[in-house]
Amino acid sequence: MSNHLQMPAPGAQMQHYVRDAEFDPTSVEKLTPEQEKIFFASQTRLMWWKFKKHKLALWSGVFLIILYGSIIFSEFLAPYGLNNRHVDFIHAPSQSLHLFHEGEFVGPFVYGTTYKLNMENLKRTYTPDTTNIQKIRFFCRGESYNYWGLWKSDLHLYCPAIGGTLFLHGTDRLGRDVMSRMIYGARISLTIGLIGITISFLLGISIGGIAGYYGGLADMVIQRVIEVLQSIPSVPLWLALAAIMPVTWSPIVVYFGITIILGLIDWTGLARSVRSKLLALREEDYVLAAQLMGAKPKRIIARHLVPGFMSHLIATATITIPTMILGETALSFLGLGLRAPITSWGVLLTEAQNINAVALYPWLLFPVVPVIMVILAFNFLGDGLRDAADPYK
Amino acid sequence: MLSYIIRRIFVMIPTLIMISALIFAIMEWPPGNYFDTYVAELEAQGEAADLKEIEELRKEHGFDKPPVGRYIHWVTGLLHGDMGYSFEYELPVQEVVGSRLWLTLLVSFVSVFFTWVIAFPIGIYSATHQYSWGDYGLTFVGLLGLATPNFLLALIFMYFANIWFGISIGGLMDPEFKNQGMSMAKAISILEHLWIPVVIIGTAGTAAMIRRLRANLLDELQKQYVTTAKAKGLHPFKALMKYPLRMALNFFISDIGSLLPAMISGAEVTAIVLSLETTGPLLIRALKAQDMYLAGSFLMVLAGFTVIGVLISDIALAMLDPRIRLQGGSTK
Repeated sequence: MSNHLQMPAPGAQMQHYVRDAEFDPTSVEKLTPEQEKIFFASQTRLMWWKFKKHKLALWSGVFLIILYGSIIFSEFLAPYGLNNRHVDFIHAPSQSLHLFHEGEFVGPFVYGTTYKLNMENLKRTYTPDTTNIQKIRFFCRGESYNYWGLWKSDLHLYCPAIGGTLFLHGTDRLGRDVMSRMIYGARISLTIGLIGITISFLLGISIGGIAGYYGGLADMVIQRVIEVLQSIPSVPLWLALAAIMPVTWSPIVVYFGITIILGLIDWTGLARSVRSKLLALREEDYVLAAQLMGAKPKRIIARHLVPGFMSHLIATATITIPTMILGETALSFLGLGLRAPITSWGVLLTEAQNINAVALYPWLLFPVVPVIMVILAFNFLGDGLRDAADPYK
Repeated sequence: MLSYIIRRIFVMIPTLIMISALIFAIMEWPPGNYFDTYVAELEAQGEAADLKEIEELRKEHGFDKPPVGRYIHWVTGLLHGDMGYSFEYELPVQEVVGSRLWLTLLVSFVSVFFTWVIAFPIGIYSATHQYSWGDYGLTFVGLLGLATPNFLLALIFMYFANIWFGISIGGLMDPEFKNQGMSMAKAISILEHLWIPVVIIGTAGTAAMIRRLRANLLDELQKQYVTTAKAKGLHPFKALMKYPLRMALNFFISDIGSLLPAMISGAEVTAIVLSLETTGPLLIRALKAQDMYLAGSFLMVLAGFTVIGVLISDIALAMLDPRIRLQGGSTK
């Protein structure tokens, strides 16, 4: 290339310079591979990269996916059936898991228990019997079940030794295994939030969207309605709505009724945030452009405005699901939520609602552990999503 | 400003009418009424109900009229300061609620105060030390409080308070003070019992408050005026407290209105577990027994407080931040 850069002799006519390297019109704006990766990545991909950095949120997400996956296989995962009673083991305490017996590796096993009725205070006492080693079996044949009511099977992930027992979290007052009931309870507790949030999402976005986009009278009326709903404490509202449901409804219908109630009460907060976002966004130039091109308000809201803060909404929703799960436990506690035979974590916790349970049968409180873990996981996940969705960070 | 306040006060009227209609609908909606339940209960116990007396009661309280008539009867009563009659307690609603209202307000205000005292320093610390171990740890503890169902926390607290401190289980005072007038000993007994419900009711609110304060303060701290203030050598404490914190508190003022219903809702379940002599358990019982004037009037009073609270917070916000007054016009 350098031979072209010779200076012409003084006074000589300047040569017409033609560079013989191939001409690339985009050379100026060409990006390095790294830049290209970022600049051409879709919005979702960018969010995913940012989200990945938030380790806690990532692991919470994985945890929740596993948990939600588990509700498909509840029957397989639980060692006992939902309503199987063990009349010889009423209020039996947790059997702890061991690996070594007297310094010797045996594999996962539990000690059998011996039962004695304390004649002084009529308390059932169960003592571990260290001579009785009950090895846990895996992928084994145990109690038979009807998988999702479709076909019969008796395959379990793990079961007690033949003739033995396996109550990792003890049994309740009817001798039912708390661990198995917790696994089944996840089905109801985890889905109740999802259905509720869907309803509250649809209501919140459409009503908040109308208020924010049209402003004026519509906004005024909707704002008042929200104010009305928010000025009544939520527990009486739940109660009243739950009382409307006839007693004759089957438990599964009650379950849907309760999710709908939770959704119907929850939308106000979402509608408010949608409204305030729209109030700001509707002044943007691209909305004016869409209006000038003749787009209908419905299309402008759904197609141009809502996607702009959808990610923010999803983050909000993630944080709202826990309040629904907690709401269900509170309703069940007051005796207006789900009823047996439907089993949720809230229903399980109602067993533990008196001081006796805390003092004598503390293992009945175990279902609170998954409740807390799910709520924490949803909160961390929501935090991660919100940070990832925020373009300014 | 004045026109804004006047407009805002006029807007309250339709709101209150809507609230009263909604509350009345909630009371009326479940099938049957208090008298039906009462008669059925007596019959179930094998006693004969004095139908004539009940018929008279029905008439007196307007149950022979259609619901609209009863609604008007109830609302006019409320406007005259008459909250109606509680069938279950056979007393006017004022007398049933009155004695409990003070304890409820006491518990609520102390809980709010507790929330603020805990949440403020933690929220500020979390925002100024973002992503530090302290931030993570405190956020986690706060979330743990949020995640534990209130009734369970109440049970566990009650149990350990009894074992460790020998405080009698449940209630807001030792049993022997229940029907006594106020005295020094009673006040001390109340204080001894008060901290349990306050901590339980406060924990859930504290976590939410810490998170919001942290988020708002973080947004504020990123702004350029903060950098300017620091660059000009303003003392770090002042550069935090005087401007960013004040701006971050907007959300806090706009929350004053909804504080009361939230507190009462959170407190109800706790109050039932701890058998507190507050209005929460009373309200739940009244709702279950369809003692409609007791439940309705009490909810109405609560909603009234809230509407006034929202009004105050709106006015305060409009004074602090003129942008709020001007937003929300109509679009084409």
